[in-house]
Amino acid sequence: MAEMTLEELTGLLRECAGEDESVDLSGDVLDIPFDDLGYDSLAVLQTTGRIEREYGIYLSDDTAAEAGTPRLLLAFVNEALAGVPAAAV
Amino acid sequence: MSSDVLERAAAPQQAAPRTTNAVFTGIGVTAPNGLGTEAWWAATLRGEHGIRPVRRFDASGYPATLAGEVPGFDASAHIPSRLLPQTDHQTRLALVATQEALDDSGIDTGALPEYAAGVVTASSAGGFEFGQRELEALWSQGGQYVSAYQSFAWFYAVNSGQISIRHKLRGPSGVLVSEGAGGLDAVAQARRQLRRGSSVIVTGGVDGAVCPWGWTAQLAGRRLSTSGDPERAYVPFDAGARGHVPGEGGAILVLEDEQWARERGARVYGRLAGYAATFDPRPGTGGEPGLRRAAELALADAGLPHEAVDVVFADAAGLPDLDRAEADAITAVFGPRGVPVTAPKTMTGRLAAGGASLDLAAALLSIRDSVLPPTVHVHRPAAGIELDLVTGAARERREVRTALVLARGAGGFNAAAVVAAP
Repeated sequence: MAEMTLEELTGLLRECAGEDESVDLSGDVLDIPFDDLGYDSLAVLQTTGRIEREYGIYLSDDTAAEAGTPRLLLAFVNEALAGVPAAAV
Repeated sequence: MSSDVLERAAAPQQAAPRTTNAVFTGIGVTAPNGLGTEAWWAATLRGEHGIRPVRRFDASGYPATLAGEVPGFDASAHIPSRLLPQTDHQTRLALVATQEALDDSGIDTGALPEYAAGVVTASSAGGFEFGQRELEALWSQGGQYVSAYQSFAWFYAVNSGQISIRHKLRGPSGVLVSEGAGGLDAVAQARRQLRRGSSVIVTGGVDGAVCPWGWTAQLAGRRLSTSGDPERAYVPFDAGARGHVPGEGGAILVLEDEQWARERGARVYGRLAGYAATFDPRPGTGGEPGLRRAAELALADAGLPHEAVDVVFADAAGLPDLDRAEADAITAVFGPRGVPVTAPKTMTGRLAAGGASLDLAAALLSIRDSVLPPTVHVHRPAAGIELDLVTGAARERREVRTALVLARGAGGFNAAAVVAAP
């Protein structure tokens, strides 16, 4: 079961919610809060919805609120992915 | 959604006495015949219109096929990528007009006291194109395919909200929804907020719903022209009047407390000297429409006699009955051919809530440049229309000091505003 990478996540963030001019998303942003990356809770919600669709997983409604950084969001996503049969992805 | 609900109370301001004069200090325009104030104004004075076959969607299967669309608008060149996924087309236009208006005003929004500046815009549909796309996703693919930004991107208040957020304007905000009258009603509400203590209100309207959903809604209103000839489709006051061409765009205006504007050395285009709004009688009950009363009340509010008015910017519905009613109202106030009347919206189509704001911008620039913009495409006034219409070409004047702007909204709304030289 492949895990979602930071690069995949930042790619989806860009598509779903754009990119703040003052932030370098390609850098080491794993532990930078989404707020500081220019993404508010709605931007994270939009992105988690897209992840659910693309990866065939379900993330709880609280995910967007609780996943304050890319590292935390990736952990939620990969935990969900681990429970999905490979054929479904 | 009512403005009462959306309007936040003005924050307490410093106790220094203030004048109650409201002055215009900034103009931003996105119009079908010009993107940017000076491009639009130059085209308007040349009589260049922007009515074309619809480009934003395939309208060939609809009864109405013409629109006034803002030319050369590349959203990604004007709007940060963060805002693109969450904004409807007309919100993007509003944000661009706002930036121009604020730049034009010379206000450093970052230097304002936190609650000194607010936003009051007019809207008639909100983000219709955005809403259509997401509703299509809802019924064709399911709820999880609907954008989280649908939660606000199609609201009436979305332009006020996005402008407020982007420029950190945290004072009183709201939205007025009164169709074509909204472009004046919003500015009047902005003046109220100045009188309650705000220093600056970003106001006006940018509107438009050039999408299948918006088209269907407007067709149901039975006011659209079905002509396919851009030069004959929208000819208000003409014997051939047969409805209007809808368009997108409008103007965002910076309205300031005069004392505050003078203290900061602002360039002032003009004053919002008077305003009034009325309702038409309930349909079927007879009686005179409310437009004449709105005009008279606005002049009374300005403390000016009708002789002081140098030009009237007409609502110009483009339907015979409504044109006649407006001409009768103007004639009742000014006498037959008693004042020059113009309708530059013949070059843009009717921009819903954006139209009257654009007329306010035109009135301010008429005062600045001592010129009256023309009404295009109107060649043969309908019987009974006794107006001195500015047709053919722009009219140079020795001076333009006062303009009356009239606007009507479907549903019985009437508004009138008096704009006067600073």
